[in-house]
Amino acid sequence: MKPRTILLATHFVVLLMPPTLRAAGEPEVDAAVLRAESERVAVIAQACAAAITVLADGGRDGGSGVIITPDGYAITNFHVSSAAGVAMKCGLADGSLVDAVIVGIDPVGDVALIKLFGRDEFPCAKLGDSDRVLTGDWAFTVGNPFMLATDFRPSVGYGIISGVHRYQYPSGTLLEYADCIQTDAAINPGNSGGPLFNARGEVIGINGRGSFEKRGRVNVGVGYAISINQIKNFLGHLRGGRIVDHATLGAVVASDEDGRVLVSDILEDCDAYQRGLRYGDEIVRFGGRPIRTVNAFKNVLGIYPKGWTVPLSYRREGETFDIEVRLAGVHGTEELIAKLEQESQAEREPKPSQPNDEETPKAPEPKKPKLLDTLDMKKAAPKMPTVVKQHYEKRRGYANYYFNRQNVERVWRNFTAGSDYAAARGRWTLGGTWIAGDDTQFVIGAARIECALPGGTLELPVGDSLAERLEPEGSGGLLPALFLWRRLLVQGPEHFGSLSYVGTAPLPGSNQMADVLGATYAGVECQFFFSPGDGRLARMEFYPYAAAEPCVLLFSGYEEIDGRWMPRQIDVVHGDRRYASFRFTRFELATTDHQAEPKP
Amino acid sequence: MNAAWLRSVAIIVSLSCCVAAARAGDAPPTVSFHPAIESVQPKVVKIYGAGGYRGMEPYQSGFLISAEGHVLTVWSYVLDTDYLSVTLNNGQKFDAKLLAADPRFELAVLKIDAEGLPHFDLAAAAKAETGARVLAFSNLFGVATGDEAASVQHGIVAAVSRLDARRGSYETPYRGPAYVLDAITNNPGAAGGALTDSRGRLLGMLGKELRNAQTNTWLNYALPAGEMAATVDEIRAGRFVRRAADDAANRPEHALSAELLGLVLVPEVLDRTPPYVDAVRRDSPAARAGLRPDDLVVFVNNHLVPSLQALRSELDYVDRVDSVQLTLLRAGELIETTLKADEP
Repeated sequence: MKPRTILLATHFVVLLMPPTLRAAGEPEVDAAVLRAESERVAVIAQACAAAITVLADGGRDGGSGVIITPDGYAITNFHVSSAAGVAMKCGLADGSLVDAVIVGIDPVGDVALIKLFGRDEFPCAKLGDSDRVLTGDWAFTVGNPFMLATDFRPSVGYGIISGVHRYQYPSGTLLEYADCIQTDAAINPGNSGGPLFNARGEVIGINGRGSFEKRGRVNVGVGYAISINQIKNFLGHLRGGRIVDHATLGAVVASDEDGRVLVSDILEDCDAYQRGLRYGDEIVRFGGRPIRTVNAFKNVLGIYPKGWTVPLSYRREGETFDIEVRLAGVHGTEELIAKLEQESQAEREPKPSQPNDEETPKAPEPKKPKLLDTLDMKKAAPKMPTVVKQHYEKRRGYANYYFNRQNVERVWRNFTAGSDYAAARGRWTLGGTWIAGDDTQFVIGAARIECALPGGTLELPVGDSLAERLEPEGSGGLLPALFLWRRLLVQGPEHFGSLSYVGTAPLPGSNQMADVLGATYAGVECQFFFSPGDGRLARMEFYPYAAAEPCVLLFSGYEEIDGRWMPRQIDVVHGDRRYASFRFTRFELATTDHQAEPKP
Repeated sequence: MNAAWLRSVAIIVSLSCCVAAARAGDAPPTVSFHPAIESVQPKVVKIYGAGGYRGMEPYQSGFLISAEGHVLTVWSYVLDTDYLSVTLNNGQKFDAKLLAADPRFELAVLKIDAEGLPHFDLAAAAKAETGARVLAFSNLFGVATGDEAASVQHGIVAAVSRLDARRGSYETPYRGPAYVLDAITNNPGAAGGALTDSRGRLLGMLGKELRNAQTNTWLNYALPAGEMAATVDEIRAGRFVRRAADDAANRPEHALSAELLGLVLVPEVLDRTPPYVDAVRRDSPAARAGLRPDDLVVFVNNHLVPSLQALRSELDYVDRVDSVQLTLLRAGELIETTLKADEP
């Protein structure tokens, strides 16, 4: 009897203990499972380090965010930053509290870029590719739900991707979630602005919205994140301290009985109309994606900033047409500002809680965390910290003009490195040929511009206004464009006229993102595109009037001539056709001129 | 003592076998569910019908159970319209016909005019134990339209248990076992969606939203496919159908009524008030047949009567000199009774 007991006891030990020592009763776990677990723990630990708490209203309100660069740029929701104001306090995952300033806002897309101070290097998260996210992929949210963590140590919610390319209707007058990612990982009030990570710990979205209904303002397994690829498109604009606007095609679409998406209304002065799109045409592709629902169309539209050029394919009577359309802004500049002011006014007024289907989860009203109250930041709030003051410049139409100026200076520094254009204050003579071989010459001065083209000579005196000057005929305004080009190079951004950093946009015909400066002078608008690699001016668009078909100048073949980098070739495009290709062999840039430059 | 030892060892051994088996059935922990999801999505449909008032979404979910376009979904107000439509995962839109419903399961079968459709086989559906990883497919909140895919959520079977279905707590006539889930799968519009295992094999159908009136808690659950298979077969074989609305020619001159049977039904507070018995008159035909308050009348002569209105109009087809067969639902059991009005 006794030996049998011992034998069984031995069996017991053998059964439960191998291969490693563990507490009695704990089942054996496969090595692959343990490995997956430890990998997940490591990924989450790294991801959490980049998550922040954004405090608003002296710590009584707030949301989450994520640091995306080592120098402290971080993304959050606009509906979080708008409550926090210009200067905000942010809690880092290690428990410390730092100052931050607003940089740029996208009120329609519900995104804000902020910059943190107080460290030389911040832990930051890697941005992923949200177009590669698949339904069923593992994902996790990081943030401060219900403002639970008074030490800012983030909470993690694990789940899967429930849907991609979701469209969520606008709430209020501005906010719209297009092309968002749906997840069943928990997104609660306070998670707003925080990151949605893929299983590798790359940011694929910014959490900001959930479907709430009769169960109260808590997660019901249906949360939405703004796709990180959309945010990447706007990041250049946001870095420029801007209030960013979204785009419109200038056409409205509707689906018909057969599920086709048709143009149901179109403005005659929009670029799509100019390119040939008409009422009743079927949209088949937009922004490189097939379009089978109105939602899909709105999704594509929602991810682009205004001014970008996007491919569109439409079908009419069985024939398919491929065009490139330049997207206009949804709002006029003043209109957007007015709407923002309206919304912030409405925000200050107390409103009854509305049980909407979809709402942006803000931090909850009741149960203020004790620690946050004792920090008593409200008392300190009116006094802007010195570091924020040093990085903030108020200007109408900008979230923070300081960052716009910084970017103008950066672009200009890169462009003028090794070129002293400012010294060439005299007349510029450019001599060369059309691509056909005929001789051509332009003489560009401070108050007039002359040209000798194969068809004859032409003079354009520059007065107070360049509006509606389209010379020479068919170019869309080559002469005024060249005048403005020289003016920018000589006067620089500070004295050109009104000039600002627009943001980034893809250089048509390449995958590169260019820095864009936008300027107005003498009643006309123009945009200058600088290549990211060498910083050179690659493209200029001249708009002789609002909604005009621009005269586009493409600069290439830069060579150093007399201490200045000059383009050997300028191609001129107007609408769908190439007006001319000039090849210049002679550059005479006079340093003095009897004509004085007009003051801006 | 030794026997006890042996038994405990045996239990431990069999337990660890169970754990290993459950694990072998699940997808590995780090692998995406995407391939499984891709195999399920073509079988999931969006259903649009009646509703549109606050808290009454005019849409729900469903899934295909035959190549010829049979769609399984929940029996709800959404289906109470002549303009019912079904949108397939590929965006194709069909007019749908309500074939039949079984109020005991709160399930309905719709039919669309199509062929060669990808579908689940109810008879071959899988079963899940507590702890199994599951995926829930539905068009919750109506977030997807056209060819946009249904939403997918993941969770674990927290329990396989009977629903507490007393009136006043969880309002459902279904009394059979249900998969209780740890994920918030039962949202507006989600009812009728598919529950699968992590490999995409059908386990059941997401039920309607259920709130416990006493605890104010919401239940997330699904009806096991195996429980529904028999009734769905009967529906497809032609039972449980509703009488066609234009059948007026068959109406007798002197029809039967609830009053003549001695039945007092609950007051009609909604368009679709379920036909519960409120009281039974003493010495009436109903009393003699053993009817009781709180019985739910499900069928009249095998015709579905989902509402008070449907019950009344169905009795209009019965001559008062004929006997009538009532099928009742009482405490989770179906009871067949035959009644005849007293001679005047």
